[in-house]
Amino acid sequence: MLYTIIKENTYQDSIVLMLLSNKLSAMDGVNKVSIMMGTPANKDIFKSSGLGTDELEKAKPNDIVIVVDAEQEEKVTEVKEEVEAALKGESGSQDASKDQEAHNWKRALELANNPNLALISIPGQYAAMEAENALNEGLHVFMFSDNVAKEDEVKLKQKAHEKGLLVMGPDCGTGIIHGLPLAFTNIVKEGDIGVVGASGTGIQEVTTIIDRYGKGVTNAIGTGGRDLSTEVGAITALDSIKALNEDPKVKVITVISKPPAKEVQEKVLNVLRNIEKPVVTLFLGDKPAYQEENIYHAYTLEEAAVVSVQLSNGEKPNFEPKVKEDVNVALKDSQVGIKGYYSGGTLAYEAAVLVKAAFEDEVPEEKKEAYILKTKHHEIIDLGDDIYTQGKPHPMIDPEKRIEMLETSGNDPETAVIMIDNVIGYGSHDDMANELAPTIKRVLENARQDGRELAVLATVVGTEQDPQGYDKQVETLRESGAIICETNDQMVRTAINLVGGKVEQPVVDVQTFDHTKEDLSVDEKIMSLINTKPSVINIGLKSFTEAVQSSGSECVQFNWRPIAGGDEKLMKVLQFLNYYEGDKI
Amino acid sequence: MGYKTINEANEAVNQKIIAAAPFLTDVVPAKSVIPELEEHVLLHAGPPIKYENMTDPMQGSCVGAILFEGWAEDEEGARELLENGKITFIPCHHVNAVGPMGGITSPNMPVLVVVNKENGNEAYCQMNEGIGAVLRFGAYNEQVVNRLHWMKDVLGPVLSKALKTMEDGLNVNVLIAKAIAMGDEFHQRNIAASLAFLKEVAPIISALEDVEKEKRTEVIQFLADTDQFFLNIAMATGKAMMDAAATIGHGTVVTAMCRNGENFGIRIAGMGDEWFTAPVNTPQGLYFTGYSAEDANTDIGDSAITETMGVGGVAMIAAPAVTRFVGSGGFNDALETSNQMTEIYIGENPNFAIPTWDFKGACLGLDARKVVETGITPVINTGIAHKIAGYGQIGAGTVNPPIECFEKAITAYAEKLGFKE
Repeated sequence: MLYTIIKENTYQDSIVLMLLSNKLSAMDGVNKVSIMMGTPANKDIFKSSGLGTDELEKAKPNDIVIVVDAEQEEKVTEVKEEVEAALKGESGSQDASKDQEAHNWKRALELANNPNLALISIPGQYAAMEAENALNEGLHVFMFSDNVAKEDEVKLKQKAHEKGLLVMGPDCGTGIIHGLPLAFTNIVKEGDIGVVGASGTGIQEVTTIIDRYGKGVTNAIGTGGRDLSTEVGAITALDSIKALNEDPKVKVITVISKPPAKEVQEKVLNVLRNIEKPVVTLFLGDKPAYQEENIYHAYTLEEAAVVSVQLSNGEKPNFEPKVKEDVNVALKDSQVGIKGYYSGGTLAYEAAVLVKAAFEDEVPEEKKEAYILKTKHHEIIDLGDDIYTQGKPHPMIDPEKRIEMLETSGNDPETAVIMIDNVIGYGSHDDMANELAPTIKRVLENARQDGRELAVLATVVGTEQDPQGYDKQVETLRESGAIICETNDQMVRTAINLVGGKVEQPVVDVQTFDHTKEDLSVDEKIMSLINTKPSVINIGLKSFTEAVQSSGSECVQFNWRPIAGGDEKLMKVLQFLNYYEGDKI
Repeated sequence: MGYKTINEANEAVNQKIIAAAPFLTDVVPAKSVIPELEEHVLLHAGPPIKYENMTDPMQGSCVGAILFEGWAEDEEGARELLENGKITFIPCHHVNAVGPMGGITSPNMPVLVVVNKENGNEAYCQMNEGIGAVLRFGAYNEQVVNRLHWMKDVLGPVLSKALKTMEDGLNVNVLIAKAIAMGDEFHQRNIAASLAFLKEVAPIISALEDVEKEKRTEVIQFLADTDQFFLNIAMATGKAMMDAAATIGHGTVVTAMCRNGENFGIRIAGMGDEWFTAPVNTPQGLYFTGYSAEDANTDIGDSAITETMGVGGVAMIAAPAVTRFVGSGGFNDALETSNQMTEIYIGENPNFAIPTWDFKGACLGLDARKVVETGITPVINTGIAHKIAGYGQIGAGTVNPPIECFEKAITAYAEKLGFKE
């Protein structure tokens, strides 16, 4: 029996509600429960998950909707009480600091002290508009939000570029701005390596490896995954590269991206060829076909990190990939499969690149939705993909899906190796290793009872300074029986090695290319962004504000809720009027 | 032309409101200042409405006005004129006027004349009839019609004579400034302003040698009995101020809010005389013994011009005594109401400092953008009429405009400035 509860005009962020959904689901006597804002998109999710009701249709975007599937009606009251208590806690904590928090732009700008950066984590359909508002107010933008239309991204970045501002994102999961970790980010030592990356976990992997090698990164500028597409034309990447070039404290520039559109890659390379500082590039998925005098083309994330460290030390680049040799697992002939269950999208992608390269001829790839790679034997899955996160928290926060995947593949007699990543740092689960460890232990034990051995490989992306502590996470996983690999590169090569494959490291010649002269100048506002502690207005997730403040930067929390009741046309009308400048009035 | 942004245009509108110099100069027959008021023409409150769509009290007022004018012998005759389309209706707002509740104003009714000396425009409003069975709530019995005649023959001419003895007329801003410090908000509560008005005119009326003593006594007694007499002066003042402000011709500040029982209508400075309407709400509040929300008429009257100028419900904090009308309200609720209004009104009026608000000025400049953005609508204090004509007032409370008016207004203005979806 489905019961619907509607709480009018009580906006809460989706993450708060998702966590609450999880909590409510655990209640006895509740078969299924979901709690979301009553937006049209969320109503569809309710319906598609079998929780569609007639009352649901009445809910408005600013109403909280709870649909409970329970046998007894009394449960509904319990759920209701639980929700009230949880939301009261939320608003209670807000009350105490009410004066320091804003709920509109005017107040946010009043409270902030010379703000220069807007951190945006509100739902995608509204994010572009607020990003434009931020640009209109002269702020750089860090867009954590995803589901932003590409046209909007192009428009925003062009506008930003004209104003001498930077738009990082959308879907920018990570960034370090003048030592300040933003969104899902590790605490990395400051230093002379400057990173520009179109991939979130790619940046995390590279910067944490750099940190563990004792070097540092003061600025790691995320551009969002589509920045190097034809339409966007690397607007943010190019401005960021120029800024790092101009910054005398930067010794090495490291650029990370999936393979860009051909003409964009040429454009980026042309700018890099104008730069005198040593540069490392990683176009993940492209096997480098040449090296350049001043540009080192890396093949993997670890290679990019290691070479950056070497260049920063003034050493000659020299990278030898490592494989863990001392893995004692007796595999049967029937155990041939590599299974990778990732929370980091770029890490999953790197795994797929390497596995594909190792087994290119043997196993044809199957095209399948929800897989980064699926062949006859191997599968690599990014559990952070939208397909798995609809109405659920990201796997860096929620272990549930990974636990499920570990168990399923552990029971599969064909599985030889299971790979998992544990991305720690701000925003991630407090102790993911501890959540995964019992399952790893059980999976290994079950296999043994079934007369098999199994390798569970794990890598931790993080630093000792991270709140979860790198060593502690490694230790917990090691105790569970997992084999710890220092990097994703090592983990994947080890897995490949275990099933009898090998990835050849490219050996290439140095070539020189003609390049056209580029204007490398960059706006003063961008220089000041990377050279001073940012003053932030955080629009959305409150935990981001806490993270920024605990890193010693100023941050004003803007408790955003959709203006104009979430009506998109009216929002556009308001934006038009609020920023109208013309000759008609 | 000449404003760079909407904020600048809105600021100009606000400055025009602050600069306004409203003076009550005269009381005259409506037709003498409103040429449109010919035979068989009536003014009504709110945006345009057809007779058949008027609620019962407004229709009752029409009957009363026809009987007062002598266009029909009896109710039946009056109804016949009305139902056969023999009466032409014009919204008060279209002819520089405002009218309380039904707002039905006929050619021979006396109206207050308020001149805005800053801008040179005038505004008119009929006089308050007191409480009980009154025309504005739809009553039209003999007593009501007789009172209207007395107002036309005695009250109007006597006040006219008194006002004319003052060189410039009566400075209304001064009265408002005094009374807001004595707990009036000029919609639900006008007792301080009404007494201050009486204090100004009583000595003059007493000394009017060419008026019979009996009439002088009647007038002073009427003014002393009519706590809400000043409301209609405040309304004419609001109209005179906001019409002047509207001449800025740009921006999103609301220049009129009114209701006709069917629709709520607003105007914004940037859209001139165009009405943006949506169905009215029904007021919430306290009822006199024996009545309940079921008996209430929908929201009606031009008196929301007071909230348009930034007083009335918006200035609840000035009038703690009336806060009980918001329900279980007390001082803190009044404070919260007025504080919330600062989210949608963009300025404060230094002419009307409110002591209970730490001498902050009354709200100024209702920005339609802010209403849409925040979803907060202005709080309007209002009397509640019985839905059947003749019962009169059955309670008082608050009401909010439908937000759709504001949504339509800003959308139309954005389109006018070139917005395309």
